[in-house]
Order: sequence, then C-alpha cells, then structure tokens
Amino acid sequence: MRNYILRRLTHTIPVLLGVATVVFLALRMIPGDPAIALVGDKASVAEVERIRQDLGLNQPLPVQYFEFLTHIATFQLGRSIRTGGDVSTELATNFAPTIELSIAALIIAVVVGLPAGILAAIRRHTGVEYVTMIVSLVGISMPVYWIGLMLIYWFGARAGWFPLSGAVSTTVDVPTVTHFYTIDSLLSGNFAAFADVLWHLVLPAIALSTITMAIVSRMSRSSMLEVLSSDYLTTARAKGLRENAVVVRHALKNALIPVVTVVGLQMGALLSGAVLTETVFGRVGVGRYVVTAITARDYPVVQGTVLIVAAFVVIINLVVDVLYAVLDPRIRYT
Amino acid sequence: MSVTSEPLALPSQPAKVTGERTGRRITTPWQAARRRFLRSRTGLIGAVVLLIVLGAAIFAARVAPYSPTRQDFRVQSQPPSAQHLMGTDEFGRDVFSRIIWGAQASLEAGATAASIALIVGLALGMVAAFYGGGADSVIMRCMDIILAFPYILLAIAVVAILGPGLLNAMIAIAIVYIPHYARVVRGAVLSVRSRDYVEAARALGAGDRRIMGQHVLPNTMAPIIVQTTLCVGTAIIDTAGLSFLGLGTQPPTPDWGNMLSAGRNYIIDAPWIATFPGLAILVTVLAFNLLGDALRDAFDPRLR
Repeated sequence: MRNYILRRLTHTIPVLLGVATVVFLALRMIPGDPAIALVGDKASVAEVERIRQDLGLNQPLPVQYFEFLTHIATFQLGRSIRTGGDVSTELATNFAPTIELSIAALIIAVVVGLPAGILAAIRRHTGVEYVTMIVSLVGISMPVYWIGLMLIYWFGARAGWFPLSGAVSTTVDVPTVTHFYTIDSLLSGNFAAFADVLWHLVLPAIALSTITMAIVSRMSRSSMLEVLSSDYLTTARAKGLRENAVVVRHALKNALIPVVTVVGLQMGALLSGAVLTETVFGRVGVGRYVVTAITARDYPVVQGTVLIVAAFVVIINLVVDVLYAVLDPRIRYT
Repeated sequence: MSVTSEPLALPSQPAKVTGERTGRRITTPWQAARRRFLRSRTGLIGAVVLLIVLGAAIFAARVAPYSPTRQDFRVQSQPPSAQHLMGTDEFGRDVFSRIIWGAQASLEAGATAASIALIVGLALGMVAAFYGGGADSVIMRCMDIILAFPYILLAIAVVAILGPGLLNAMIAIAIVYIPHYARVVRGAVLSVRSRDYVEAARALGAGDRRIMGQHVLPNTMAPIIVQTTLCVGTAIIDTAGLSFLGLGTQPPTPDWGNMLSAGRNYIIDAPWIATFPGLAILVTVLAFNLLGDALRDAFDPRLR
C-alpha cells in the first residue's frame, strides 16, 4: 500500500509542476507587452514599469520561473491590480463558498443518483429503468446555467419557496471564521442563520448537481448490472440467499467501487459548474471573482485562482485514487 | 480509398473477424453497424432532430420570420403569441428568429471546437500509442496536466490571454477537449497496433505514415466517430457557457449562450427570453447524445 501511495505521489508532482508551468507561461504568452496589456494603453510609463517590477517581468525568464515557483510554494500569489488586495487572502474568502456549494451538489447527486442507478439495474426492463435513463440523459444535456435560471423562476419567483439570489439574507449576520457559510453559522451557535444559509443553498446546489447526478446514476446502473451477472452472485443465490441479501451484502459493495472514482473525478467538473452557477445565483465565490478579474484584466487574480483550483483538483484526484486502492486491493498491484 | 469498401475489424472485434454471414452475403462490420443503427429508434430521432436544427441554421434567412437584430420598441418583452411564437426580448426582437439565427453561431462553435480538438487529439493520440516509450509518456503527461484544470477555468484563462470572442471561445473549448480525444485515440490505436494485418503491412515494407494512415486510422474510426458526436453536444453547452459569461459571441450577434445571459436580467418579468434559448440547447444536445449513444451501440453492441 505504501509503495502504491509513493508511486501515485511521484505521478502527482510532475502534474503539479506542469500546472504551475502552464500558468507561468500563460502570462508571458499575452501578445505584445504583458505589462501594457495589464494596465492598458493609456497608462503612464511609470505605471507600466511598476507593474513590470511587481510581476518581475524585467528579469530573465529562468529567474522569473524560479521566483514564481518559490512564491507559489509559500502561497504568495501577488496583489490584485483591481483591488490592490492580497490574492491569497481574497482567494481564501472566495474559494470556501465555492467548495461548500460543490460539496452540497455532490451530496445531492450521490443521495439521489446512486439509489436511482441501483434501482434501475435491479428493476431492469421496467418503468423504473426507463425513467431513470431518460431523466439522466436529459440531465447531461442541460446547461447548468439554464437549470439555475429555471429553478429561480419556478421555485423562487413563482412559488416563492426559495430566495432568488445570494448566499445569506441581508438581515442575517454570519461572523466570518472559515469562510464556509454553513460552518461559520454553526460555530456562532445561531441556528436561524444556519437555516437561512441552507435555504439559500438549496436551488444552486440542485442546479449544480444535475449533471453529476445523471453521471452517477448511469455509472452505478452499469456497474451494478455488471456485478449482478457475475458468477459469485449466482453462487450466493444458489446457496439460498434471499435476493435482498444478495444485492445488499454481495453486489452493492463491489458495484460501488467504480462509482467512488467517478464521484471523486466529478469534483473538477463540479468546480467548473460552480463558476457558472454562482454567476446565475449572484453568490460570492471563485466564479464571480475570476470573471470580474477577467473583465478588469486583473491577471494576478486569474493566474492565482486557476493555479490554486487546479492544484486542488489534482490533490482530490490523488486522494480518490488512494481511496480506490484501499477499497479494491487489486488496483495496488497493477 | 473508401473506408467502407474493405472489410474492417473494429477495435472491439478480433482482427480475423471480417463480417457476419447473412444468407449468402458476407456483411462487413461497417454494414452490420449501419443496420444496427437504422434499427435504433432513439438514434434516428436524434439524427432527424439534428437535421432539422442544421436545416434551420443553414436556411435561417428563409425560415426566420423576422430579422434577428431589428429592434421594435412597440413590442418590447411581449409573451409568446401568434405573431411572435416565442415572444420578444427587451429590445422588441423576435426570440424565435434569434434562436434560428443563433443556431448558426452555436452549431458552428460546437462543431469547430470539436473538430480542432479532434485533429490535434487524433495526431497526439496516434503518435503516443504508435511510438510508445518517451513520446507516449511526454504526450500523456501533458494531457494529464490539461485535464487537471477545471475546464471552464482553463477556457477562461485561454480567453483571458486571447481576448473575448467566438473564435477564441472555440479555441479555448478545443484545448479543453484535446486530452479526451488523445486518450480515446491512444486506447483504440493500442488495441490495433499489434494486429496481424499491421504486422503484415510492416513486413511488406510499408512505412510508419502509410501504416498509420491506411491501416491503423480506418480501424480506429468507430470510437472516434462516437466521441466526436458526443463531443459536439458538450462543446455547444460549453461554448454557450463562455458566451453566457460574456466571453464568447458578442452582442448583438445572437448565440444561444448570450441570449440566455441577456434573458437572465428579465427572468422574473419575461421568463420566455431565457427559457427558449435554453430549450434549444437542451433539444440539440439531447439529439447529439441520442445519436452518439446509438452509434456506440451500433459499433459495439456488447456495450449496450
């Protein structure tokens, strides 16, 4: 097991380095002088020189690269051109709500998608299977930003059940500790605030969960179907076990293994969807942060955000792979 | 050389299988796949819907009842009616006409992004699998790096460098999709690389390029066709997503993504402005998915 983790780690380090290199080179690929591109044509010479100095653009490329790596290793992501604030601090404030939304969506996707997929496999060629498959096919064909708008209209504006936008009511005060609204409201002991945060989280989380839910249900169905036709289940049935016991005690455990990987790999896709969902629901998060930065040509923010989020996804994938090896010992020896 | 004229061993089938016997005639795997596809009702529905959408996009000038950009402030934000089937937007423009014209930009964006990704991914996947060793490691590690970025953030970063616009949005989405193609092609090529007919061609003195072009590529077409069909669908959603964020097609040119973005501000009072472009995306992408699933089942019925 230790060897497997070490091997997997040695694969992760070049990828992380590659991610950093791509992000580093991206700024240098802006056509023309990146400093002028950042501050605009109308900026004074002194202003351009200051930006060049700030970003270290007047040094040789290898020196710039080494400094860049040293800075990101110590989480120094520079200063935002637009606000002048420290990018690491701003990112921490904005990334937490995005992770919170993604996790909420993941929970909904698994809680609904997994049983639906398993039921579709057990009740093959029945209405249950057809409905699950049709719904999941429609689910992967819908743009997440459109689902968000439709939920806002039908359940926010028409029914009035949920708020139209935002992460918390303006009248509710949630003290900032971890930047996760749910955790902060719980830490403050204010359960009314916690309920308010959850109430604001429902629609965006449902919107974001649809594609993952569809993928999880399709995956768990096909995985379950494969396991259900295996020899050891025939043996289990032959020794007289009831079908429920066969499914729950024998089939489910093995059918869940590939689903774990898919669920883990969905984190990257969920973060992408979160960028769009946040824009639709006007929520604080990485999405709004980075989109605003692009319109303002605030490159240090774009660079820092892309770098940290990609590194986060690489590490999540590493954790998923290790978890996969714990669940399925065969993986370690391949 | 016509791809369909010679007996082809699809990647999922052993090389020696040249076809199924139906009566006296021997059917090639491509003919068998075509027959299976024609029997798939959902696949045919997908194909017909796509033909309708494509026809509407090509003949937009004839099909659309109004100009997509002409503003008429007398009919601002009107709900669907006999005159305006899908209502009008905040500038009094006909939503139905804009959706038909928007099909041009959206289909073009999806198809171009998928095609660029196909060409680059195909080349990289083939080189990686065919030569193996160092080339394989370097190419596939680079693909791992691209895959590490959440796709929309990578696309946003590319647009940040190139600047907003439809072409740049298409390039951005293409870059995101290259690793998916490279992986599919690499897998398919690996499965046919050591087949007897490839060895035979090599023994006859054929060079690498000839073997790849004439023997390996035609036998890896099935998964590539399926991947491309599914990819165009998701590329439509993703390029529309960039337009939705204001990074793709720029107004007043209609595109399903920027129509949705504009409709967002009127979602409470005029929900039809955002509803119909989204439905257009849903129907088109669903059709691509139905077609892609049917093609996959037709090429490899064991996956069903």
